[in-house]
Amino acid sequence: MRKIWSIGLIRALIFQILGSAIGAGLLGLIRLAMGLSWKTEPALVVGGFIGAIFFMIGIGGFSGWWKMAMGEDVPEAHDVTEPEGIRRYFGFSLDHKVIGIQYGILSMVLLSVGGSLALIFRTELASSGLQILDFVQFNTLVGLHGMVLIASILMGVAAMGNYVVPLMIGAEDMAFPRLNAFSFWIAVPATVLLLSAMLFGGFETGWTAYPPLSVRGPMGIQLFFAGVYIVGWSSILGALNLIVTTLKMRVKGMKLFVMPIFAWAVLATSIISLTATQLIGLSFQLVMFERLLGMGFFTPSNGGNPILFQHLFWFYSHPAVYIFVLPGLGIISELLPVFVRKPLFGYKWVAMSSMGIALTGYLVWGHHMFTSGIEEYLRVPFMYSTLLVAVPTGVKFFSWVATLWQGKLRFPVPMLFILGAIIVFLIGGLTGPPSGTVSTDLHLHDTYYIVGHFHATMFGGFIFPIFAAIYYWYPKITGRKMNDTLGKIHFYLMTPAFLVTSFGQMQIGMLGMRRRIADYDPTLGFDTSHLIITIAGYLIGVSVLIFFINLIISAKRGEVATGNVWQSRSPEWSILPSPSPVHNYKGMPFEVVGEPYDYGLEGSNYVLPVNQTGQAD
Amino acid sequence: MSSITSSAQYQKKLAINRLGLWLFFASDAFMFGGLLVARFYLLGNRRLELEQTLGLIVTVVLLVSSFFMNRAEVMISKGNQKGFQRSIIVTIVLGILFLAGVVGVEWQTAHFQVNEGAQGAVFYMMTGMHAFHVLTGIIFLLIVYRNGLKGKYTAEKHYAVEASANYWHFIDLVWIIYYPALYLMGLI
Repeated sequence: MRKIWSIGLIRALIFQILGSAIGAGLLGLIRLAMGLSWKTEPALVVGGFIGAIFFMIGIGGFSGWWKMAMGEDVPEAHDVTEPEGIRRYFGFSLDHKVIGIQYGILSMVLLSVGGSLALIFRTELASSGLQILDFVQFNTLVGLHGMVLIASILMGVAAMGNYVVPLMIGAEDMAFPRLNAFSFWIAVPATVLLLSAMLFGGFETGWTAYPPLSVRGPMGIQLFFAGVYIVGWSSILGALNLIVTTLKMRVKGMKLFVMPIFAWAVLATSIISLTATQLIGLSFQLVMFERLLGMGFFTPSNGGNPILFQHLFWFYSHPAVYIFVLPGLGIISELLPVFVRKPLFGYKWVAMSSMGIALTGYLVWGHHMFTSGIEEYLRVPFMYSTLLVAVPTGVKFFSWVATLWQGKLRFPVPMLFILGAIIVFLIGGLTGPPSGTVSTDLHLHDTYYIVGHFHATMFGGFIFPIFAAIYYWYPKITGRKMNDTLGKIHFYLMTPAFLVTSFGQMQIGMLGMRRRIADYDPTLGFDTSHLIITIAGYLIGVSVLIFFINLIISAKRGEVATGNVWQSRSPEWSILPSPSPVHNYKGMPFEVVGEPYDYGLEGSNYVLPVNQTGQAD
Repeated sequence: MSSITSSAQYQKKLAINRLGLWLFFASDAFMFGGLLVARFYLLGNRRLELEQTLGLIVTVVLLVSSFFMNRAEVMISKGNQKGFQRSIIVTIVLGILFLAGVVGVEWQTAHFQVNEGAQGAVFYMMTGMHAFHVLTGIIFLLIVYRNGLKGKYTAEKHYAVEASANYWHFIDLVWIIYYPALYLMGLI
């Protein structure tokens, strides 16, 4: 019993259940004292938030800060001794590498949950008529598929940022280790809340939660809001940490423009999630209060305006897709030179293009609202700002093509996924402008064309790159390589299957298949296409399953790889042994002496250990 | 921070903490900005029906509290423990007065309820979110006061005082923008 209790995650989950009950009960008592009867919805909201706070108490997330507030001395993160072995991954660890892996595991768990939800409603869509789901179930699954995968992507981005960035810039840890652990663990009760929306009636709105539907529908939406709100805080605090780390913790000699390009991508993405995330939190908070207290934000009969919600919501939710893809595009730019053995073409422009996408991203949200009745004079400006995003994105594509040009290409598994990412993201990118120009968007809006376009950007911008990143940095984490054959099966199964789903969706969308509906008219003739898309969807599921099997068995049985497996110039490979030691570069000081991507240039180095350059410490 | 020995390390840590705090303000400002957008989107050029005298009084109270907060920070940086504690106490009392004025009086006597139209929604949400931040600010100040009594802060090392002072000024700044948006702008 004590052994189970010492596992942080289990203890914290018990705390969360207790906290939810206490919160809901207290609210019931207060209402009773005020002479009001029991109401489930406010009890759910209060219980949800109190439960999340209790989870953090249970995991030990407040203990360091509590001691500081009480005026006690708190040890620095690197002086804290942590339990050895697998147990530390289930508790409140302050090591950025442990937190990075925790983020990664949560991301993969959510990826499989979100993907499975999609397979359930794809099965429903495989033929016309209703077979296994009713309307509310279908809508709940679609909405949760969206939001669970958004959470998964945010966690995946944080995983890469947390594990790789401090190693790349030679930092001993993140700038704020306690905050870092806090922002990971707060995401766990948040996902519990998010998924429990299914148990309390579900919700009908899809992931966008537009009022007035979200103001009226079943109360599962409140748990959805609470979950997203807390995931948002996780994202904001994680981004804050990454910005400070990249700006303040770089090793000697590493100027901003000789950082590995992935650090630039993470910096750009963090700037968006630090600021814009507040607006989705706010928009959901306002609906939450509108439901609880009858506040008139979005109901026209009570002085509100539903368009306001869309402005606040899309101010985050469009830049959000840049949060998702920028790190992925950074991975492409980071790994491509390693496997092409050539310098990255136009380093400065690629770095600036990440910033360019991030900043232009603030100006484009209106293109989601062309058909929803925004002021007419806003449409054309938003169209132009939207098309402007293609410029920095184009810079990245030309850089990749020029990097590939006349290179000495090698094709290990990470490189396959990089090439897949470039192709799929190109498809996603090229299908974007038709949805960004007003005249065509009026026809394409709310059809499966948008679904196909969006999934191509997400696969090209996140799914393919994160698989590449996992195959690439796996030896750094475990000291073993992932199985090559299984990796290749994964790639050659997933890529065509994905292309079939994406093109299939675009095709039926252009023919008039509306999105977010559980059923369609058999006379439209979409049955065969939908069946093919569903089968392809299952094939993606199978390929990811193969990936998970590979991930698990390679940890024990994979080929041992301790050195610089990919002949990279980056410090985490050229200086650090694999698996990476607990205190990173402690005892292995190095400094930056050259350019990061001068592959193939005789006698050039990016980083050198300090004692070899003759400049003793 | 026992393990930080050298002053250079402390200075580096200080720079990191300061940047983190300012990034937090930037993030929070977007939330307050979003509420401001909601106010102008829903009410436009319409002014809320509020008690002008009361609004002016709470605004003055909060501005004066910021003055005392600044005094507290200056005092501790000169090593004046007694003056630092006195100023912190004045700041806390003024902060509580502000809360009492907004939540205790203004909310109770307003001409509209929370569920009465865009006016009620905007007013209670804007003042509510601001009051929540004032409340957290007061909690930070109480912690700082308690640790100050224990003599935890010196003229050289008092980052907690600086951070809570900056937070307090930030909340003040938000009110300086919210006050005209709620009380002064537009026509009844």
